[in-house]
Amino acid sequence: MKADTEIDLKVKIGGCILRNPVMTASGTFGYGREFEDFIDLTRLGAVVVKGISLLPRAGNPPPRVVETPCGMLNAIGLENVGVEAFVQDKLPWLQRTGATVVVNILGNTVDEYAELAQRLDNVEGVAAVEVNISCPNVKEGGVAFGTDPAMAAAVTGAVRRACKLPLIIKLSPNVTDIQLMARSVAEAGADAVSLINTLLGMAIDLQSRRPKLANVVGGLSGPAIKPVALRMVWQAAQAVKIPVIGIGGIMTAEDALEFIIAGATAVQVGTANFINPRATDEIINGIVEYLAQHNMRSINELRNTLRT
Amino acid sequence: MPGQYLATIESNEDLGAGVCRLTILAPEIAAAGRPGQFVMLRSGRGLDPLLSRPFSLHQTMADGRMQVLFKVLGEGTRRLAALAAGASVAIVGPLGRGFALTPPPTGTRLGLIGGGIGVAPLLFLAREIQRLLPDGTALDVLLGARSKAELAPLLADFRALGLEPAVATDDGSLGHHGLVPELIDQQWGQEGSHCRVFCCGPWPMMAAVASRCRERGWACQVSLEAMMACGFSACLGCAVAGSGKRERYFHVCKDGPVFQAEDVNWG
Repeated sequence: MKADTEIDLKVKIGGCILRNPVMTASGTFGYGREFEDFIDLTRLGAVVVKGISLLPRAGNPPPRVVETPCGMLNAIGLENVGVEAFVQDKLPWLQRTGATVVVNILGNTVDEYAELAQRLDNVEGVAAVEVNISCPNVKEGGVAFGTDPAMAAAVTGAVRRACKLPLIIKLSPNVTDIQLMARSVAEAGADAVSLINTLLGMAIDLQSRRPKLANVVGGLSGPAIKPVALRMVWQAAQAVKIPVIGIGGIMTAEDALEFIIAGATAVQVGTANFINPRATDEIINGIVEYLAQHNMRSINELRNTLRT
Repeated sequence: MPGQYLATIESNEDLGAGVCRLTILAPEIAAAGRPGQFVMLRSGRGLDPLLSRPFSLHQTMADGRMQVLFKVLGEGTRRLAALAAGASVAIVGPLGRGFALTPPPTGTRLGLIGGGIGVAPLLFLAREIQRLLPDGTALDVLLGARSKAELAPLLADFRALGLEPAVATDDGSLGHHGLVPELIDQQWGQEGSHCRVFCCGPWPMMAAVASRCRERGWACQVSLEAMMACGFSACLGCAVAGSGKRERYFHVCKDGPVFQAEDVNWG
């Protein structure tokens, strides 16, 4: 594609150069290979894999997903193969494709986060680590780290000391003051923040009067949450100097561009991957077209240009 | 290998009782699809409803067409049922693992058992059994539904293959007045000769069929349904508990939708 060569889409997250600002959101792209029939993974800014824990997790009982207006609730329960199986069975294939791989990690304790980061530190093919302190589905750990600035800083600091990789902290929207959370992790050594993770929600079946998710509550994602996400990304971008990665209901290039104008250095596409496995590719093309139409030679010219 | 396509609706048949049959021009899927596999369908680019819907392959045709058969249950299926010929539909497929079709030992009867809209994948399966397995393989079809209206339009399709389904209806308006698992005893006797069963329908019906097969030592394959967001094991939403001793979930989209009944925890 001609425009691709003329317009500079490269962005920098910590020490990591992404070929463009479009990443996949953890938990919506498997370990990458799930999309091999649909998309060239090397086109993407980065593939962020499903959150990895020290030991494998089976996840929550079904039902785990339910559709809601313009969105969906999920309570997958962090099902994953565990870090050893990831490094041995999943990562080599991803690495061979040439994709830029960001590994999302999650733990029950500060020590577990540190141990995961250390395990990944010198593994070839890992470009950066994203720390999930915000998944609402597991009772111990997740929610406490993501909603308490001191705990979030403690996890960030421990992971920072345990590895040299660029470090992205993924923030929960289920907080009163997102700027406080962003500043806390930035001061503790984060190279970037990504937000938002899902909003805690629920749905009830009227016939049975039971919750539609076996876990009762789950994470809301999809276009329904985009305005909330955009607001929080804008606030976070004003609060910290480190890059902000925008996530939340991005379905199209127009959605992604809004986040970049609000101050995001990069974006992550999540729920859209389920409906349109080529969504990321289409969004990259759309961003190039927009920049060309507006006579911009670099994505960096657009970032944080909101006129207020 | 699955793919993502924008396909064209060739025809839309209202079969009555809220049942819709869409014929879709999707040559890659028609060529590659196997019985028991499924596709994800979505109409339009609107955001509500958001997710695609999974449908088993009802039939594939040699001319690049394929069919899905479904009951209108909510807004997603209502929109699909409203698509006119010539409209386009987003489709991903063929997905999942279909029915395993290995030649049965001599003297084995094959039984296809469908409940309600679970009949959908069985027509394709019947055709492929006739095409792939040795001549003279005994094949029976047992179908259950709420009433005659739900079932009648589909019987002709099986008759066109030379098959006369045994039928059970909840209201007795056609065939046996009762549930389809009861037809197993009627058709094949309490002991029965050796059968190999392929089943698709509501969960309680499949559980009952699986239980009867287990008692008789028959192999039974079931096609399961679950809420799913993607269809290609990215969301991990479509978990179903396995029967193994270790805590473990299968995923309907990737490990299935067709499973050996003994691998499923029927609860």
